[in-house]
Order: sequence, then C-alpha cells, then structure tokens
Amino acid sequence: MADWEPRIVAFLCNWCSYGGADLAGVSRLQYPANIRIIRVPCSGRINPKFILAALRHGVDGVWVSGCHPGDCHYIEGNYYARRKFGLLKGLLEHMGIEPGRIQFSWISSAEATKFAETARTVVDRVKAIGPARHFIKRQAEVA
Amino acid sequence: MHAYTDKIREIARRLLSENRVDVVIGYRRGTVPFMNEPYLAKTPEQADRLHWDGFCGVNLANYLPRRTDRVGIVAKGCDSRNMVVQILENQIPRDHLYIIGAPCKGMLDRKKIAAELQGKEALTAEENDGKIQIQGKGFQVDLDRQAFLQENCAICIHRNPVIYDELAGDLVTEQMDVDRYADVRQVEAMTSEERWNHFDQLIHPCIRCYACRNACPQCYCPTCFVDESTPQWVGKTVDPTDTRTFHFLRAYHLAGRCTDCGACERACPVGIKVRQFTKKLEKDVLDLFGYEVGLSLEDRPPLDTFKPEDPESFIM
Repeated sequence: MADWEPRIVAFLCNWCSYGGADLAGVSRLQYPANIRIIRVPCSGRINPKFILAALRHGVDGVWVSGCHPGDCHYIEGNYYARRKFGLLKGLLEHMGIEPGRIQFSWISSAEATKFAETARTVVDRVKAIGPARHFIKRQAEVA
Repeated sequence: MHAYTDKIREIARRLLSENRVDVVIGYRRGTVPFMNEPYLAKTPEQADRLHWDGFCGVNLANYLPRRTDRVGIVAKGCDSRNMVVQILENQIPRDHLYIIGAPCKGMLDRKKIAAELQGKEALTAEENDGKIQIQGKGFQVDLDRQAFLQENCAICIHRNPVIYDELAGDLVTEQMDVDRYADVRQVEAMTSEERWNHFDQLIHPCIRCYACRNACPQCYCPTCFVDESTPQWVGKTVDPTDTRTFHFLRAYHLAGRCTDCGACERACPVGIKVRQFTKKLEKDVLDLFGYEVGLSLEDRPPLDTFKPEDPESFIM
C-alpha cells in the first residue's frame, strides 16, 4: 500500500478548466500525475451517470471543474450543473461515499496556478481517504 | 367513507353521462381485503363500481403520462401533486384532466395490518370513526387507524389535493408539527462506513424486479436507464454494486420530482424502505432551493431552473 497512487478522473469543461490545464502545462507548472482528464463541452454536459460509471470502474476520486458562475460559454450551463452536483454529492455522501471522493471546482482558462493548486488539493484529499472500496463493479458486465 | 364512495360515484356518473370525460380512473374493491385496485370506468353504469376507503393507496397518477383521452381521476393530496409534476413536464395537459379531489386522512399499510393479524386471514375490513374493524373466520379485531398508516402518510403535510375540479368530501386539517426527516437525520449522524453498511443492509433483499420504478408516477421515460445497453450504465444482475447503482440512480432521477407518495415502498415485494433514498433528496431540495414538489403550476421544477445565488459551499 505504501506505493499506492490514486487514479482520479477529472471532467473538465472545454472552455475554462481544460484551458486552465493547458496553460498550466505550457507554463510548466508542476502538479501530480494522478489525474486522467476527460474533456467535456460544459460542466452542464456531465451526466451524474458519468460520475457513477467512473466510480464503478474503480477510480479513487472524481473531480469536476467548470467555469465560474456567470462565465459559462453557454451562458447558464454551469448554473444548472451546480444544482445537479449539489444534490448528487449530497446523495452519494449520504449513501456512504467518503466526503472528498467527489470534488468540484470553478477554474477559468487563465487560472493555471489555481488549476495546479486545486489538482494538488484534490490528490491530497483522495490520498488521505485511501483507495476506493465502494461502488466498484468487480464482476464482468453482461448484457 | 361511504359518503366519499357515493360522492365519487355520483361525480363519475355525471361526468360520463354528460360526456365530459372518456374515462374516470378510480378504485374498486379488490378481490381480497386491504387490496383495492385501480379501475377505469368508461360508462355511467361502470361508475357504480367505484369505491373509496383507506386502502386506496395506489397512486393513480401513474396511469396518466401520454394519455390522449379526457380523463376524470380521483386524486388524494399526493396524487394531485404528482399530477402537477406531470403537467409541468408536459406529460398530460391540464385541460384533459377533470380531477376529483379526495382529501385524505392517510392510507393504511396492508403489510402492517397483516403482521398484526399474525397469519389469520381477514375476510372483510370496514372503517368507522378512526377504527378498522376486521373480520375473519372465527375472529374479529378492532384496530386503531392512526397506528396502521403507511409511513409516508403518517408524516404527510399535504393531505388535501393541490389542484382539483371538484371535491369528494370536505377538506381535512393538515398535520402540523410532524418531523418529516427524522430518519434522514439518523443516517446523517452516521460515519461514511456506517452509512454504506446501513444502505447495504437496506437493499440486501432487492431482487431487481423494478416494482418501485413501475409503481412510480414520475418514472415514465420511454427507455429507462436500466434498459440502456450502449453504454450500459448499470448491469442487470443482483450484484451488490449493480443493485446499489440502480437504487441510487432511480432516486436521483426523482430529485426535485418525488412527492413522497410512497408508491415505491408499497409496491416493493420484499419490503425495502426505498423512500430512504428519495427522502434525502427531498430534504436537500427543500434546504438548498426552498422547493416543495408539486405545489404550484407556476414554479419550474428545481433542476430546470437556477438562481445565481444558489448555494455552492461544496465547491472548492
């Protein structure tokens, strides 16, 4: 367990956080390599099923990041997402998923430093909780 | 109770003979006690089979989505709130509905009564003045009505129909000072591990029959997520993860839509308290967005709208 490194899926909005990650890269900012990025067109595009699917595949953490309120490329996608995620996080944690497994942030495409910092926080929190034990589908899927 | 039955029959007869509606959806006596069944009266004569008592717990709103005919329908408080949601979600137009409001004093839980009878077979059940008189071969018992309510009815705060065209009886006084979320708070006081085990225990008997989904008036998707195959979000087995995913997503799909009518729980053949999932969401929707489901035809459903100042303390 000593050399365990968490696997974290990050759903990043194309218009902000993904750009932030890109800028962090070209600025050569260092952040942990535990993050696997999935680019989505808007945080509002993220169906809670995506997050569940990630957990079922055994990821140790899920990080969702979108545009700051008021900055959505589609005007209001992140506002809807915020309502959706508030309830989703509440229900997941109510059912026994550890707080910190699922994390949300707002990061603009100019905030490379914030991206790197948040990535570190996300990884640190997931490391503190430890490997995922719940919600993992261990048998092969059958149709 | 008899007055209600007479009034419902009278309204139904009038609606059908005046050709105001094509069908009246109500209840008729079941073939066994405690089990009234839904009944669709299509002629004035059939209206005389309609019935009402404390065993009319089935949520008739389940028969509404995508109906194209004009419908008269008997609605308790919770049923009418479900209809409000269906109208908001464009599942049925308001002007196709003639709602016969039935102010409700809570529906009786047949499972609780059966447990009380300890295997003795009841032949008739009549209600009088807050008592249920049950008769069977060689026995008769009087039970206190209040003690045998469905769990969601005992904590109901909207017993009167929210929308209706006509009432089958006088409006009842609403229950005040009920603690709706005692069980949710009990879970909230647990650690993550205890919560996980609590829900593991809760859904352990689940056989994935989907009765909870089928009984729910808000579950009307043409293709349910459990039937989707590309991608497949949830496996079709009774593997604990699949069962958990099903219950989680079923509940989440009802976020801001569930009226706590208890249809899911009364339909469950293995007695799982499935409302434990939806009630958390109901509480959160009320706490976070100040919204109670199905009380107004004007307000948009909570996940279909937003406020710039919505709470976001969970965001880093």
